[in-house]
Amino acid sequence: MRDFILKRAAALILPFIFVYGIYVILHGAVSPGGSFAGGIIVGLSFVAFATIYGIEKGKAKLPEQVLVWTESYGTLWYGLMGMVGLGRGVPFLANKLAGVDLGTPGTLASGGLIPLIGLGVGIRVASTIVTLFFTMMEEES
Amino acid sequence: MRFRNLCFLALALLVAYVAIMTVAELPPYGRPDNPVHNQVAERYIDGALTETGALNMVTAIVLDYRAYDTMFETIVLFTATLAVVITLKTGKGGGREQ
Repeated sequence: MRDFILKRAAALILPFIFVYGIYVILHGAVSPGGSFAGGIIVGLSFVAFATIYGIEKGKAKLPEQVLVWTESYGTLWYGLMGMVGLGRGVPFLANKLAGVDLGTPGTLASGGLIPLIGLGVGIRVASTIVTLFFTMMEEES
Repeated sequence: MRFRNLCFLALALLVAYVAIMTVAELPPYGRPDNPVHNQVAERYIDGALTETGALNMVTAIVLDYRAYDTMFETIVLFTATLAVVITLKTGKGGGREQ
């Protein structure tokens, strides 16, 4: 697509969409939203970029090596966060039982392991959306 | 063939009858003494803030009480991506050379 107005408008809006997605992921324990919704927003910002500026520029922005890495290690990060519980001698994926500091409810660092686990889920969801989109666009062309 | 169609019709009516009778047996929506309002929901509502420290109760359930479930949800996402990539990936352009 080679529309000048669309490109300029996307250049203004897309960075804010991306940052807003990261905001939703990190504030999953405090505000409505969460890691699944935030991951979708981050992934869709890349999908919109690749739709407007062309699939080649989209792939240059997010190379395949990065996608392979995030696809593979998002769930592993989740599992590592679960191992914190096992290391303290309590069940897998335990949060308060593992003695993690829960913080003050309402602040960004509250919830113990919840923001860290949510970060892994958000990365997984975003990379899933982008990988599916790139693969299907590649098939089409 | 006509007899077979009649058999299928009778079978479909039987299934519909059973489904409608099952729905008719359900308790009315929103009554406080329904079986879904048990101690699990009360525990989540009362203890989500003190036990997880998260204001958002949905996140507290998804990422703390039911974290094991969410972990396998991410594995389901991984499997779906894997299936699509295996089916549709053409091999030309990007990726490691064979």
